This record gives sequence, structure tokens and C-alpha cells, in this order.
Amino acid sequence: MDSTSQKLVHSFGALADLGQEIANPNEFHEMVRTSLHLLLGTLAIRRGAVAQCIEGRDETECLAVWGLGEAFQSRLTVDETERNAFLTSGLSRLSIEERNPHFAAFLDRHHDDLQSQGIELVIPMVVRGELTGLVLLGGKASGEAFTADDLEVIRAMVRHVGVGIHTHQLFDKVEQRAEENRRLYEELRAIYRDTVRAFAAAIDIKDKYTQGHSERVGKYSEIIARELGWKDEEVEGIAIAGYLHDIGKLVVERDIINAPYKIDAKQSNELNRHPAAGFEILAPIQHPYADIPLTAKYHHERVDGRGYPDGLSGEQIPLCARIVTLADSFDAMTTDRPYKTRRIFSEVVEDFRLNTGKQFDCQVVLALCRALLKEMDGSGSDRRMTKMLGKNYLNSERDTPLLNELIAELDHSQQTAAAGSA
Amino acid sequence: MGESIGLSIRSHCVGTTAVIYASDYLNKLTGERIERECKDRLNSGCRALVIDFSDTQLVNSIGISILMGIIDIAEKSDARVVFADVNNQTMQLFEMLGLTRHVVLAKNEQEALTTLTGFSVQTKAISH
Repeated sequence: MDSTSQKLVHSFGALADLGQEIANPNEFHEMVRTSLHLLLGTLAIRRGAVAQCIEGRDETECLAVWGLGEAFQSRLTVDETERNAFLTSGLSRLSIEERNPHFAAFLDRHHDDLQSQGIELVIPMVVRGELTGLVLLGGKASGEAFTADDLEVIRAMVRHVGVGIHTHQLFDKVEQRAEENRRLYEELRAIYRDTVRAFAAAIDIKDKYTQGHSERVGKYSEIIARELGWKDEEVEGIAIAGYLHDIGKLVVERDIINAPYKIDAKQSNELNRHPAAGFEILAPIQHPYADIPLTAKYHHERVDGRGYPDGLSGEQIPLCARIVTLADSFDAMTTDRPYKTRRIFSEVVEDFRLNTGKQFDCQVVLALCRALLKEMDGSGSDRRMTKMLGKNYLNSERDTPLLNELIAELDHSQQTAAAGSA
Repeated sequence: MGESIGLSIRSHCVGTTAVIYASDYLNKLTGERIERECKDRLNSGCRALVIDFSDTQLVNSIGISILMGIIDIAEKSDARVVFADVNNQTMQLFEMLGLTRHVVLAKNEQEALTTLTGFSVQTKAISH
């Protein structure tokens, strides 16, 4: 093989390796360092550097350096005029006699620094009409001057390196935008949650006897859903549904809601309108979570079909509504009302026993019981229900057997029902 | 004369000369290992490097760049570099790229060591 052919084969091999390196999604600085090695090794150039332009500044920063002293100035300044000149002017030798006139100002400023490091060539990396950076190269190991063919090979390889850096910069920008969007989305979610909680407070203010009820229902619902193994986003959704379940009460007369006596049939009909009214309020809103309007509509349905407004039964009622139904009743039973004091925990357990399969869904009751047990035996992640119920309401020694007994009964009845249906 | 095969790079010392065996394909991976071995040997007091290419079939651009780096490092440490047993194709490449201007070439490891002994005797004679 003659030397020209050998040179061509060597250069082609280097270009192929360079293409592969640039397409490699490995660490960016390693990609640039290897690309510089390939460039230097193609023509046996003893030293060099690759610098990228810093966005928004007239400066470059070195990404890879080979064979240059530690004193090498890693930041070169490139002003707007020079940038534009570089876009159309290929490359320049450093020597004053051979320099490209478009590079004059840049080379005047950096000449001594570059010369002291043995730099002979300055090649701009231009990609899609933008100056991506500069490649600085020293002399060949042979001591010979760069030929026209050498310069063509260098231009081709520098274009490749430029594309690699440009692509990385684009990826960086996309990643930054994605990060910004994620942050904005989180902020919006926080605003949405705060707004919903404000609504919940507004709903509860209307009912002077049930302050904090909506927020507690949201929290109990969240705990039940987590116990049922729901994903974080779904748990967040059910909490929102809990906060807003009584929003329909906003259209019910305050006197009816706050009546300190048993309301008559007409007033009861008016009060019972609140689930449907809640649905009407919530349905036109685009919620980030599913089933919030339906939860408001169906939180007074019963699994035995005797609830309202539509008399749905069993699994016709969305699970989120079955959860909020139990959370709503649990809070009603465990907080003082004007017409009655709250029930002791054994009575609540008894209510669950009597009404599971009638008013309440069995798997939802089981989930609440298991979550209560976890709080009492300390195996849960927190003690939120204990805090909401007040520290003396639950008594581990007294109440744990009650819950275990109920769980065993409900488990058994579930298994029997499953065997029957099979 | 201790021989090491750290990370597949064979090497050993003869007096203050380190003999390092390049692999069959001198690329980024193997080149960096040779470079590290050369640096370690120079840091531990070696004053000459013999890089034995008897197994080397191919050297790519990164290999060339790394070899130039080794030559630079050796020059800074006042150490000599000898390339031994380079095949014809690689020799043509080294000559074409001008690497041969910066190293001594030897037919084989023995010749390389003899050459370096000659240098050493000459250097001592001059220094006396």
C-alpha cells in the first residue's frame, strides 16, 4: 500500500471511529476527549483542545485538552463580530503571515497564549449556522506543515465533533425545559391542592357543627386508599375527592344544614340534593384526577342499593365513592355533633359489623380496620388517624381484639361469598 | 525482574528499563492501559521505556494519539522510548505520521535493551 492510500485508510478509520463515538450516548466529556484523541491521532498532532461556546457569554470553555501545559488559558473570548466572521471563514493558522484576516482580532488577543502552547491552527466548529466552539491544534509530530489534504481531513472531523457537541447542548436544553415543566406542573398541583383545601374549609364553615369534616374525610379516604395499595397519584386523587365530597352543600340553605333539631321530609329532600348538586358543580371542571365529580355524586349510595341519588348497588358505585362513604360515616360517628356526642370506638366497630355489605363495602371496611390496627401496633408509617381522633380515643389493648375479631369475621364472609359465587 | 499482568498489559523491568507489551489491537482501551503502565513505571524510577509491538496487528488513531502522549511524558521525565518489533504495516504508519522521529526503533526486545545499554554507557561516558 502506498503512503497516500495508507493515509486515506487511516483517516477513514478515524472518521468511522469518530462517528461511532459521537453517536455513543456515554458521558459527554469522555466523548469529547475521545474525539480529540481521534482527531490528534489521525494526523499525529501532538497537542490540542476542544472548547465550547458558553451560551449568552462571549467566552468559551475547554471541554478537552491534550498535551497543553497547565497554564493554558482555558477560557477564550469570542465577541459577536468574531462569531459572525468565524461562521463563514473556515479555519486559520496562528502565524501572523498566514493568518486568516477574519480571525485577526481574535488572534491578536490570544496569539501569545496560544503560541506559547504550540498551537498552530484555530478551527471554528459551526453547526447549523451557529458557532458551537473552537478546536485548537498544535503541529504534526512529523514537523511538516499541514497540507491542503490534512486541512480537509481536519475540517471534516471538526464538523463531526461540532455536531456531537451541538447535539449534547440541544439535549441539555430539552432536559432543562423538561425540568422546568416538571417544576411548573408540581407548582400547579400544589396550587390545585391548596385551592381544593380552601374550598373544603369553605364548605365546612357553612356547617358550624362539622368544622374540619371535609379535610378529615379527605385524609381518612387517603389512608384507606393507601391501605388498598393504590398508587400515589390515585391516593392524591381520592384525598381531593374527600375534600370536595360535600361541595353540593354550598347550594343548600344554611338553616337546614345547621338545624339543631330533626329536619322534616321537605328539608331532608333539600339536604339530599347536595350529592347531585356537587356533581353539577364539579363536572364542568377539568380535574387532574378521575372520578372526583362521581365521588361527590355517589357518596350517599349504599352497597345494598338503598342509598341516593340513584340507588346504585355494589360495584355499580365507583370504588372511590365507596371509600369516601365509609370515611364520611367514620368521621360522623367519631366527632361530636350538636344533637349527639361521638360514639365510643366499640360502637363504631359494631356499626361496621352491622352495616358492612349494606351501607359499606367489605374490602373498604377491612382496609380501614387494618390501617387502624397498624396505627395502634406502631407498624404504620404514621399515626394520622390517632391524631384526628384525639389521643385518648383509641386504646390499643382494648380495641385491637375488637378490630381483629371484625377483620376475621369480614375475611371469612368474603371468602364464603367468593366460594359461593365460584 | 518483576513481571506484572495488570489489566491484561504485560510488562517487566530490566534494571531501570520498563518493557511493556502492546496488545494485538492498540485502541482506546488498550492504549490507555499502556499509557497508565508507562506512567507508573516512570513514576517508580524507570528511565527508559521499551514498547514491544510483537503482538500488535493494528494501531488506530486513538492508539497513535496515546503513543504520542507517552512520548511526551517520557520526554518530560528525560526517559528514552524504544519501539520494538513493529510489523511492516504499523511501521509504515508510524513513519508516515512522523512518530519515528521521536523514538528509537529496534528489531526486537533484546536489540532494544542493548541499544539502551549503549545509550546508558554513552551518557555515562559523556557525563564523566
